[in-house]
Amino acid sequence: MSVELISRDNGIVAVITGEIDHHAAAQIRTEIDFALERQTPSLLIFDMSGVTFMDSSGIGLILGRQRITESYGGAVAVKNPSPCARRIITLAGLSTLIIEGKKENKNEAR
Amino acid sequence: MKHDNYFKITLPALSRNESFARAAVSAFAAQLDPTVDKIGDIKAAVSEAVTNCIVHAYADSPVVGVVEITAKIKDDTLYIKIRDKGCGIDDIKQAMTPLFTSKPEEERAGLGFAVMESCCDKLKVTSTPGKGTTVTLTVRLDKKELA
Ligand SMILES: Nc1ncnc2c1ncn2[C@@H]1O[C@H](COP(=O)(O)OP(=O)(O)O)[C@@H](O)[C@H]1O
Ligand SMILES: [Mg+2]
Repeated sequence: MSVELISRDNGIVAVITGEIDHHAAAQIRTEIDFALERQTPSLLIFDMSGVTFMDSSGIGLILGRQRITESYGGAVAVKNPSPCARRIITLAGLSTLIIEGKKENKNEAR
Repeated sequence: MKHDNYFKITLPALSRNESFARAAVSAFAAQLDPTVDKIGDIKAAVSEAVTNCIVHAYADSPVVGVVEITAKIKDDTLYIKIRDKGCGIDDIKQAMTPLFTSKPEEERAGLGFAVMESCCDKLKVTSTPGKGTTVTLTVRLDKKELA
């Protein structure tokens, strides 16, 4: 698992690659929360196109970050989730958080 | 000639073993020539059950607990048993209700059993408070070719 944080405009994109389980979620959470605390972005986007496995720990991860961003008026979204991630997100009733779009590329960040 | 097949492993209840546990079961299931979707289902269900042993069963245990995984193939069906000797579940019905979690502060979503249910053909949970919990997952795989 790897997580790459890209700042752009007043948002943060967290590109998560690999497997999201309870073990990996702890590390992802630490990295994202550090950035949230410093930047309080109005939008946190999880780019989950490269997620190769996800269980309900990924839902806890998304909802936990949603709670934090909403506490200061921000929001979260999940971009281009891979089929396995999409399945769990849909099962959790969170498909309204899904957005589609161009693949994130660090080199295009300002 | 057809033979039933099985394996059994025990692991310390450490979160770093979650990925190994699901990989081991999915590698074992590979002999039934499952689809990519089925492999994903098996991995998700095993991950949920094993994570529950790690997060819940031994939460108040002073020593690292043990998770036992048994998988058995009989004809075209995979039976997976995930067992802990932890705290047990007082109210199984409540535990299996979607969104119920006893650990919201640890960012549990309360969806583990819901994922197991949606990924398996059958889910059975037996538990004795103070003694431990056994989760049995049944997955039917349509073998493309009988060996
Ligand atoms: N192996 C176990 N030992 C003890 N309690 C468990 C076990 N598995 C599940 N539970 C209980 O069932 C509840 C629901 O489990 P689950 O659906 O996986 O949600 P979550 O793990 O997100 O809390 C848990 O919060 C816990 O109280
Ligand atoms: Mg769980």
